[in-house]
Amino acid sequence: MSASALAVEGASAAYNGTPVLTDVSFSVASGQSVCVLGPNGGGKTTLFRLLLGELEPVEGSVELSGRPAYVAQTERTRLDFPVTALDVALMGTLARGRWWLPPSGSDQRAARGALDRVGLGDQAGVRFGELSGGQRQRTLLARALVQDAPVLLLDEPLSGVDPASATLITELFRDLRAEGRTLLVASHDVESARTFDLVLCLNGRQVGFGAPAAVLDRPTLQATYGHELIMLEGGGGAVTVHHHDHDHEH
Amino acid sequence: MEAIDFVLDPLRSGIDRRALLELAMVGSLCGALGFWVVTERLTYAAESLSHGLLPGLVLAALAGAPLLLGAAGGALVAAALIAFAARDARIGPDTGTAVAVAGLVGLGALLALAPAAPQRLQELLFGDPLGVTDADLVAAAALLLVGAAALTALHRPFAALAFDAAGAAAAGLRPALLRLALLVLLAAAVAVAVQGLGALLVLAVLVAPPVAVRSHAGTPERAMLAGGAVAAAAAVVGIEVSFHAHSAAGASVALALCTAAALGAAVRPSRRAARGGAPRRSPRRAPASPAR
Repeated sequence: MSASALAVEGASAAYNGTPVLTDVSFSVASGQSVCVLGPNGGGKTTLFRLLLGELEPVEGSVELSGRPAYVAQTERTRLDFPVTALDVALMGTLARGRWWLPPSGSDQRAARGALDRVGLGDQAGVRFGELSGGQRQRTLLARALVQDAPVLLLDEPLSGVDPASATLITELFRDLRAEGRTLLVASHDVESARTFDLVLCLNGRQVGFGAPAAVLDRPTLQATYGHELIMLEGGGGAVTVHHHDHDHEH
Repeated sequence: MEAIDFVLDPLRSGIDRRALLELAMVGSLCGALGFWVVTERLTYAAESLSHGLLPGLVLAALAGAPLLLGAAGGALVAAALIAFAARDARIGPDTGTAVAVAGLVGLGALLALAPAAPQRLQELLFGDPLGVTDADLVAAAALLLVGAAALTALHRPFAALAFDAAGAAAAGLRPALLRLALLVLLAAAVAVAVQGLGALLVLAVLVAPPVAVRSHAGTPERAMLAGGAVAAAAAVVGIEVSFHAHSAAGASVALALCTAAALGAAVRPSRRAARGGAPRRSPRRAPASPAR
């Protein structure tokens, strides 16, 4: 087993004194991938905020092997802000410090290399808001690659992404795991969760954690999604019915 | 020749020359800073701060102290009171801020209209760029130098924050500290600019330039430079109008600024500017690159 990349022990979180996520405990080794499942408001984003240090746990502890990189949903970025794909990738170099200086030659090379890696080398000068949804998501991934973080937190990275981008992103995930990076991917896609090393189910609390075969059973999924879950007949798996109401996500 | 004399006449007057220098320096900085004020949606905060510091200005006038001192103290008290009022969840931050600012403006007017007070309320509300002193010019020059250095150093963090605050935090930046830095810059700019444009008109030099250039400047850097240039140009136009039409100088500059904003918003941006200065792509959506 590789060294632990992150460990959460009995962590609970609250907004203005109201508990939104309670008693979460899990640990992940370097190079493992975790799919975080849960309904809107189930605590996926709150967990990420705990891991990013934006939110202090009211109970328990959160430990990471280094500062994580965060890939937000593209809806959470400012599409009207006048920056190019290269500018966004360069934002990842802020993690190196020296934020008061213009990007160095090495910063520029790192950003262009990351854009090449996500297949956007020829789109570096294009304004972020003009890119397609999949290209925006890949640009945010490039920013995370530049950050060179041991742990990557990705908030529904395949949501609304074109098939070509989805394929490229999925292959990139495999490469990142091979490099020893740890991935936590928030998702609503129960079926794709089976391709991850581990699955964490949240619904205001930790409902389940473990290998997909052990966690993705009917009782756990029903406890996670409740009436939003539809089990397909004939062992065809399960799908969730959810609303993209991110303002109410916790 | 007559046309040149017409334009240069205000500069032959020492009073107008100083006013122009003051407003050009303050405008250059505020026009650039305004880009971040508008981007971070702090326009209401800027308005609240500039109106709320009126009691500080009046007290300084009553005591014969430098207005800059009164403006700085007034801004601090206003910021604290606004922050306190805005915390009341029962009425909401906007309403709490509005009540606090209305109270501060009322207090300022009450003090200014007291029988013992000097007749300076009009000057404090609408500015008096023609009454600029040497100390005011030094303060404006210091604001320009320090503010420009701060905006240059903070440019990348401000851009990361504006684009995606959560991503900026993940990169190790502190969004709350960055917003505080922006508010401190805003308070300093308002405290200095209020000398020339008054508590009611100073908002124009912060908000109008970014509105004028936003659609036409393809990058944040260009928007800041163009905003500063628009503010400086509006200062020249305003002083010219004031000199020849014998109108109030501060109000003339504010109207020139707002006219620039209206024109900038009305004119359709070029396609190249809308793309951030990048050359035209064809097709519009580039096909996804093959996987590695």
